[in-house]
Amino acid sequence: MAGAEHRFPAAIVDAAWRDGRLAFQVASDAAALWPPRLAAPGTGHPLDWRDSAGLGVVYAATALHVRDGAPRSVVIVELDEGFRMMSRVEGLAATDVRIGMRVRVRFTEPDADGTRLPVFEPFEDPAP
Amino acid sequence: MSLRAGTAIAGAAESDLGSAQPGTRPVDLMVQASLRALDDAGLAPRDVDGLFAATTQLPMAPLNLAQDLGIEPRYTDATNVGGSSFMFHVGHARAAIAAGLCDVALVAYGSTQRLVGRGSASVQELDPWEAPFQPVMPLTAYALAASRHMHEHGTTRAQLAAVAVSARRWAALNPKAWSRDPLTIEDILCSRMVADPLTLRDCCLVTDGGGAIVLTSAERARDLRRPPVLVLGAGEAHSHRHLTGMADLTTTSATHSGAVAFAEARLSPADVACAQLYDAFTITPILFLEDLGFCAKGEGGPLVASGATDPGGSLPMNTSGGGLSYCHPGMYGLLAIVEAVRQIRGECGERQVPGCEVALAHGNGGVLSSQATLVLGGPATA
Repeated sequence: MAGAEHRFPAAIVDAAWRDGRLAFQVASDAAALWPPRLAAPGTGHPLDWRDSAGLGVVYAATALHVRDGAPRSVVIVELDEGFRMMSRVEGLAATDVRIGMRVRVRFTEPDADGTRLPVFEPFEDPAP
Repeated sequence: MSLRAGTAIAGAAESDLGSAQPGTRPVDLMVQASLRALDDAGLAPRDVDGLFAATTQLPMAPLNLAQDLGIEPRYTDATNVGGSSFMFHVGHARAAIAAGLCDVALVAYGSTQRLVGRGSASVQELDPWEAPFQPVMPLTAYALAASRHMHEHGTTRAQLAAVAVSARRWAALNPKAWSRDPLTIEDILCSRMVADPLTLRDCCLVTDGGGAIVLTSAERARDLRRPPVLVLGAGEAHSHRHLTGMADLTTTSATHSGAVAFAEARLSPADVACAQLYDAFTITPILFLEDLGFCAKGEGGPLVASGATDPGGSLPMNTSGGGLSYCHPGMYGLLAIVEAVRQIRGECGERQVPGCEVALAHGNGGVLSSQATLVLGGPATA
């Protein structure tokens, strides 16, 4: 991405999410990184951006029991590329989300200012 | 230069705990605890020349405290890394004392979070890529860590609950504890679920309160009012600010802070007569038992469920009743140090651990983010 070194991570992620792309960073040793940052941990070297295929597994899961309404899912998803991010799993009750569950990203419909969020849904890998 | 046993805690005290009167300021509780701790040591505010303080309600806490104590310290440290800040302060204070930058260091805390409401007392800084998913922090972070620990190690909700039951058994022996009624595993499992796998009773109390300790050189402490409690080892570490920055949700940087503190103290977990392990949620002492080396990774739940940490057990833990049953005024770490000091001095009455020569106080801050460990000992451990 030309000029990426002059753009702060929030702007890059926001633009990617509006576009329906699950952007993440990679260091020169190919390690996938999340959350985004300005430079590679430890070395300060520039980081490259990639788009994830959006497939992963639930790494940690909770259901928040809010005062009104159904329990709300909050999860950490481990993407196949090797980074972990916070999100939620939709398409089933929050209390039924299980660690190890295979999931795929889906971007929410744009809100009034075009913001979209990467949420996850259960996914079955096609038979080999 | 080894700092081992060169510094002593010469005074320790709580402020009034529980529910503060309307109008009470956080600095009032800091001052109250400070005066009590200084009196405990046989010192006065004018003797203090090193000041260490933190609270979520006062970003420049040492300035508030110095103004109200009427002192102008020559050394000041406002390190705020959450509930473990005071273990960090002790580590920094002994370095300052050893370097001659101050002679008498006061470490203090105060919070009126119950009085003013937790939301305004402790505004949560959210990560921009976590916030859209509306995690209620810090609760959500600990629930996620607990979920992963259960998945990897087979830890059960009943084992989590055993942490709260153990704390309550100790609290029953502490007249100052907020919650002293009998509590069973079943009570906790049947309590309102707030964030799977944590129920309301897996979460710490929300109280007002504060505390203070006074440090000086071990040499000077020998001439003061109370038997000195030596700082045998101190270690500090931090690994992330927000949860998604944590490399492994089941292992904290207490592995580092604990190893450093034990190595310096030339002691091991087997030498510890009682452990004060920050219990913001029932999962946290389980993680720290493992990360500090009291048991292997994954064995923290079974260890607590065995009754080892209860009164009369082989590893007395959170002997005041901890943040779960005694007092949790937002940043609990200082009160864990006060309890360790009192156990070593043999002042704990019904809950006294017999022959407590070495006690450990471990602090946690943020969302398992900052970790600091103190190994403390009586005069004979020098």
